[in-house]
Amino acid sequence: MPLAQELKPLEIDAYVDAVSLDAAVRALADGAGTPVAGGTDLWIQKDLGKRAYGRRLVNIRRVAALGGIAEEGGRIRIGALATMTEILESPLLLRAAPVLPATADRFASVQIRNAATVGGNIANASPAADMVLPLLCLDAEVELARWHENRIDRRRLPLAAFFAGPGKTRALPGELITAVSFDRPAAGSFGAFQKSGPRPALEIARVALCIAGRREGRRLTSVRIAAGAVAPTPIRCPRTEAEIEGVALDDAAIARALESLGREIAPIDDVRGSAWYRRHLAAAFLEEELGRVARS
Amino acid sequence: MSLEVEIAFTLNGRAVSAAVPATASALTVLRERFDLAGAKLVCGEGECGACTIIVDGLSRNSCLMPAVDLAGRTVRTVEGLWGERGLDPVQQAFVDTGAVQCGYCTAGMVMQIRHALDRNPAAGEAELRRAIEGNVCRCTGYAKVIEAALAAGQRMRGGGAP
Ligand SMILES: Cc1cc2nc3c(=O)[nH]c(=O)nc-3n(C[C@H](O)[C@H](O)[C@H](O)COP(=O)(O)OP(=O)(O)OC[C@H]3O[C@@H](n4cnc5c(N)ncnc54)[C@H](O)[C@@H]3O)c2cc1C
Repeated sequence: MPLAQELKPLEIDAYVDAVSLDAAVRALADGAGTPVAGGTDLWIQKDLGKRAYGRRLVNIRRVAALGGIAEEGGRIRIGALATMTEILESPLLLRAAPVLPATADRFASVQIRNAATVGGNIANASPAADMVLPLLCLDAEVELARWHENRIDRRRLPLAAFFAGPGKTRALPGELITAVSFDRPAAGSFGAFQKSGPRPALEIARVALCIAGRREGRRLTSVRIAAGAVAPTPIRCPRTEAEIEGVALDDAAIARALESLGREIAPIDDVRGSAWYRRHLAAAFLEEELGRVARS
Repeated sequence: MSLEVEIAFTLNGRAVSAAVPATASALTVLRERFDLAGAKLVCGEGECGACTIIVDGLSRNSCLMPAVDLAGRTVRTVEGLWGERGLDPVQQAFVDTGAVQCGYCTAGMVMQIRHALDRNPAAGEAELRRAIEGNVCRCTGYAKVIEAALAAGQRMRGGGAP
């Protein structure tokens, strides 16, 4: 007997517990399957009717090849099944790309972090997907695999080119995210993540902003800025990056950067906040981070 | 349609198995198949923490966890905290401190605090407050809950009652 308030169950015709990547992509090959990882988005959205799903549920949680966080030949690779908790506690990331653990620390709650995967965060393609922002700043690529002509067909896409709109990606039917990867940031790189919501972490961001680069006195080089919940997808802000690149930061330079950011973002009014407030927050985050550099 | 999947796992120290609907949540299965009503369905969206259980040492919102994912895992619910020596230190601290009011959040709160103290028995107030960010309590204002968590930590470290 279902409980009164229980969410409406997924309506499926088949369930596959995939134990290998091979089994997973084969089960998804016809495009009529839905992968489930942590379930923290899927279990809610199917009930809200927010997401169309295939009627074959494919559990990828036990596919070992989709897990792990490792470095090889100067490239860091985070398996799609890595959870926010694993990112938060990864000794490699804490050393080499601390902006990722810093973002995980502002992601949901402990319980959700223990379940939520990076692959799910990317595939879900929310404009407010937090972990996407530092990955965009790291110029990450998303690694994809599908079953095609009787073999596993793999490809890589820049993460920045992966999103097509709210909840929409450029993944092909039946394609699985296997990992994200990026070059190990040069020594001396820095990164910061800021997010606004009424509670410290357990919140879909009203606005989130990530900035990364290298600090040379009052200048930033290799500047990367990404913003969430200010456009239909998470975005990079290349014109604002160019405005800041290599410039000695003072009040005038910061004002120019904020003006540029205002032109690059296109937030909307919704239940979490007005467009005006979102603009204000995004500018405040950038001003704070640039101000820190200017005053150093 | 409801497809059934056979799963076996360890539940509060006992080997168990069941045929569960492939789309059921772990919460529904624990409550309805195993009669463990400690974990509660409150928000059903991962926001409130009343359904918190510990799976392979990690706390999870059982309302959002697919039941099929329980397979092969070691699962602990609030019912499994009670041991041969009586109440768990966290449960005892809740009683001693009066950290329970209406009680709806309590099972989840106790599990989440137990999880935090398992990871760091020396966790201080700031760390414990962050640990329960995903647990909503509408009665206590959290003050007594944190007091209980700190007392439990002390007891678990062998410091006796504060
Ligand atoms: C209470 C709560 C708080 C939250 N807070 C935050 C937050 O602070 N920041 C934030 O960004 N998000 C937040 N979320 C959203 C969610 O937790 C994240 O997006 C999470 O990373 C999703 O991962 P998952 O493994 O749970 O995905 P699932 O629910 O398993 O899957 C999500 C979608 O991605 C697809 N999918 C999963 N894995 C893959 C893969 N490898 N390849 C292709 N497709 C795949 C699924 O089919 C599904 O459509 C929150 C959710 C809840 C319930």
